[in-house]
Amino acid sequence: MTAYILRRILLLFPLLIGMTLITFFLTRALPGDPVYSMVGERADPKTIAAIRKAIGSDNSLPRQYAGYVLLLMKGEMGTSYHTGGKVLDDIMSKFPNTLKLAVGAMMIAVPLGIVLGMISALKNNTLLDRAISMLSVSSLSVPVFWSGLMLMLFFSLRLRLLPPSGTGGLKYLVLPALTLSLPALATIVRVTRTTVLDIIHMPFIRTARAKGIKELRINYVHILRNALIPIVTIIGLDFGSYLNGAVLTESIFGWDGIGRFTMEGIIKRDYPVIMGCIITGTVVFVIINLIVDVVYHYADPRMRLHMPDDIPKA
Amino acid sequence: MARTALAILIVIVAVSFFSPLIVRYGPETIDLGALRLPPSPEHLLGTDNKGRDILSRVLYGGRISIGVSFAAAVLSMSLGLIIGLASGYFSGRVDTFLMAITDLVLSFPALLLAVGVSVIFPPGIYSVMIALSAVGWASFARVVRGNALLLRGSPCIDAARAIGCGNMRIIFVHILPQCVPLVLVMAGLKIGGYILTEAALSFLGLGAQPPTATWGGMVSADRAYINSAPWMVFSPGLMIAVTVLCCNLVGDGLREKYDMENRDKIS
Repeated sequence: MTAYILRRILLLFPLLIGMTLITFFLTRALPGDPVYSMVGERADPKTIAAIRKAIGSDNSLPRQYAGYVLLLMKGEMGTSYHTGGKVLDDIMSKFPNTLKLAVGAMMIAVPLGIVLGMISALKNNTLLDRAISMLSVSSLSVPVFWSGLMLMLFFSLRLRLLPPSGTGGLKYLVLPALTLSLPALATIVRVTRTTVLDIIHMPFIRTARAKGIKELRINYVHILRNALIPIVTIIGLDFGSYLNGAVLTESIFGWDGIGRFTMEGIIKRDYPVIMGCIITGTVVFVIINLIVDVVYHYADPRMRLHMPDDIPKA
Repeated sequence: MARTALAILIVIVAVSFFSPLIVRYGPETIDLGALRLPPSPEHLLGTDNKGRDILSRVLYGGRISIGVSFAAAVLSMSLGLIIGLASGYFSGRVDTFLMAITDLVLSFPALLLAVGVSVIFPPGIYSVMIALSAVGWASFARVVRGNALLLRGSPCIDAARAIGCGNMRIIFVHILPQCVPLVLVMAGLKIGGYILTEAALSFLGLGAQPPTATWGGMVSADRAYINSAPWMVFSPGLMIAVTVLCCNLVGDGLREKYDMENRDKIS
């Protein structure tokens, strides 16, 4: 297991080289100059030249890239063009917030989604099933920025139960986590429902029933365990995308996370910030995929990883 | 369910596109004597921070939001078809190259990629369209490739080749039409997502610029008044939710029908 995990982590390096290379040249190949967005287009040419020199954008592209890779090897990510702050420090201080938000959202979406999906499948084609399906389609259809505002209006401005915005402890976390959990909840319900519906008709469930095993045990031990693989996959995907920043939720609730940071970086063409965020995002995705594969290993014996020479593609 | 949704959707689209004939106030007419009025018979959905009639703005906004999303869906569908067909039919190096790009696009967080693409161009409806298509083509390309790969080996394509059809003819006359239903079903499932992303981009200030009304833009502009005048944020957001919900239900209906027909074909 350890050897497998180590090999997967080692695979991260070629991936990172590819990812940084592509992002680096793509961001620079696109029109728009960071210097103009710093000082305006009518600034004194001398100032512009000085800034170009300071941030190194007067060098040739390959040289700039080499410089960036050297910087990364020293364990740095450069400084933001706009705030002058160290990108790595910013990411380090914002990432825990994003993690907190993503974990909070998942703690709502996962149990609720699995239970609702199970109920929906077991009561297939009843009114309850239709109601749950409708609920899940609806939560997928409501724009996050609007549901967030409505929750804020109701719970913090009218009922005054929770603070409307800010980054902080549990009190601040509830509303943004709830907002963010809605779309994930919908996908988890749907995936659970379809998978469970497939499993219900399999012969081994009939066998279990014939052996006189209690319905509840069949549902949660025999059916759910077999349905776990697709559910874990979808949870991993959603969790990964939340860790890359929930731009809208963060900006509505004034949550100081990676999403807003990345978006501001993109809008201001703050290359070091964009690069830093993309590198973080890649690392996060690889780690999440790895965790998902390890969970597969424990959830389903058929998917036991064959080590050491048979490594699934990252 | 899908039929009711389709009916509501048709009403929304029709009302939005004929909005100039319906509404009493211009969507950009400022009335400083009627700031932030709550809903009343005069202004059915109230007025906004500049005294503009919210009903008119919601309807005019619908034209942009629906129009842009629809155009983007068509654009990404066509792009995805071309790339997917090329990739699946020619396979080999072309396939590896095109699918590498596809996977790269799919692996980025969609909204951030859309933000990244839309800031290249001056903000407006075209930049949103390009951004939505730049993100959206990839999933179409993946599915079309799979289908093209499957069809390439089928007897009817061998027959076409045997009677001397060239590659282009085989792709466009024999494979493309067989991919169309699949792609249309996919588009049905995706259009709701396009409307949501369009709304998100407008909400972030990257869409059509004020004073032009867009649903996302209206929510964003008036959110400071959410406590004192909640109707200003409520109706545009509800319109997005209802429209997207209808699109999703219609999409689901389309898929069910498609699955059913294809099951008949197989058995």
